[in-house]
Amino acid sequence: MNSHQVQQWMETTLSLIKENETTLSELDQTIGDGDHGVNMVRGFQAVVDEFPNWEQENTSAVMQKIGTTLVSKVGGASGPLFGTGFMRLGAAFKSEEGAWADGLTKAAEGIAQRGKVSVGDATLLDVWDPVAKVVQAKGTDWAEVERAAQDGMNGTKQLETKRGRGALLKERSIGHLDPGAVSSYYLFHALVQTMTKGEN
Amino acid sequence: MKKLMNDSTKIVSQFLDGLVASHGNLIKRLEGTEVIVRKEMIPNKVGLISGGGSGHEPAHAGYVGTGMLDAAIAGEVFTSPGADQFLAAIQAADQGSGVLLIIKNYNGDVMNAEMAMEMAEAKGIETAMVVVNDDIAVDDVENRRGIAGTVLIHKVAGAKAEQLASLQEVKEVAERAISNVRSMSVALQACTLPSASKPSFSLSDTQMEVGIGIHGEQGMSREDVLTSYEIAELLVSHIEKEVDVTKPVYVLVNGMGSTPLLEQYVFANDTVSILKKNNVHVEKMLVGDYMTSLDMAGISLTLFAIDEELHSLLQSKATTIQWTEVSQ
Repeated sequence: MNSHQVQQWMETTLSLIKENETTLSELDQTIGDGDHGVNMVRGFQAVVDEFPNWEQENTSAVMQKIGTTLVSKVGGASGPLFGTGFMRLGAAFKSEEGAWADGLTKAAEGIAQRGKVSVGDATLLDVWDPVAKVVQAKGTDWAEVERAAQDGMNGTKQLETKRGRGALLKERSIGHLDPGAVSSYYLFHALVQTMTKGEN
Repeated sequence: MKKLMNDSTKIVSQFLDGLVASHGNLIKRLEGTEVIVRKEMIPNKVGLISGGGSGHEPAHAGYVGTGMLDAAIAGEVFTSPGADQFLAAIQAADQGSGVLLIIKNYNGDVMNAEMAMEMAEAKGIETAMVVVNDDIAVDDVENRRGIAGTVLIHKVAGAKAEQLASLQEVKEVAERAISNVRSMSVALQACTLPSASKPSFSLSDTQMEVGIGIHGEQGMSREDVLTSYEIAELLVSHIEKEVDVTKPVYVLVNGMGSTPLLEQYVFANDTVSILKKNNVHVEKMLVGDYMTSLDMAGISLTLFAIDEELHSLLQSKATTIQWTEVSQ
């Protein structure tokens, strides 16, 4: 992936999140405080706006800058979690060899560590972890990545939320998609679109 | 939804500017940040910072000043500020003796604070953190939220730091206070975020939400609305189980944003008579909007069991926007 593709990835993510801003916030209203959509749009808008300043940077540096921008501009719990994901990806992209498998695995580990979450807690990790595992097992098979991300997101509907404000609802949280998992799905969906452009 | 505002995306920044314009004798804004700092720092004093999402005014900037906080960070409404903002506050508050972060127990706040502490340690600044979790509405202690009781932690830790105690000593007193402070709340009407078109949830004219937090999230149960006296009985009965009421207590009756003082004092009167009936020694009553939830209507009750040192720390002088001599 070159830095131009990273830019496309971020622009596509932003437009997906923007289109679905109200849905994301409404999901968050059910189990949280109702601002996930606003926060994610603010963060990814800041990332897209910063790109002209990162023209000289390589893929690794750009991903790390995306990470720090998300920490700073998304705020809340999503900022450090998505931010950590990108910082870990960026570190892995210092070498192209196996960067996706290594980076996504370390990103999922970083998210688990930072958020003190496990797979099955109905959080964004339930999308990041299966995506990392599928790339680890099968390489960058983008159709598989799409499927893993989508299944991971849908899976949070059946799960009881164990972390974040949603956890306070206990069994009442079952039946709702986790907003962070949904925005993670958009992120990976945008990645798949970027990487498969022109293939079909 | 009508709000007195210009632009929901600039509301926090414009609030901070308004605060400085009104109270420039006490505070200033750290340029390029969402951080309010005490105007005059004390050399060698442990720095005390707090912060979190906005929407809880006067918390936390209203507690910056002599004898309380050195810096407060204001995130977007109900959203933790980023780690970079926490770091800026830590750097501003550091006077050579380290910095204590007083954080309310929310995942986002804790994560951003921890990231900032790692960055500060890398810059050679000693830091420590205490996490306030006074809301007993949540059974699971690990997930208990920090609500109005946090203000009392600001006060005791602030007073201890003002005596030039060490970081460890300030942290210990804050932790002792945290283990003796418990709160619970009731909402009569939900709040509406500046960026949202409708309230976070809806309550009919005959319902109240029990065990509400301070972010418009739904509470633990929805009940038929009770009288002020009955609500006081309900909250006291829960909180009394978790606070050592054989000790004298400070009582904080806290309005959630849209609760008239008329009602707050009715509730305060009910609370004090119930506590008296239960032979609890009320050392001091504080009544007012200390930790709000935007325009939510409702009340939180906090009981703080004190010992001699905590009492003297509470009584010592503090000059901030919200905590003034009247509170002593």
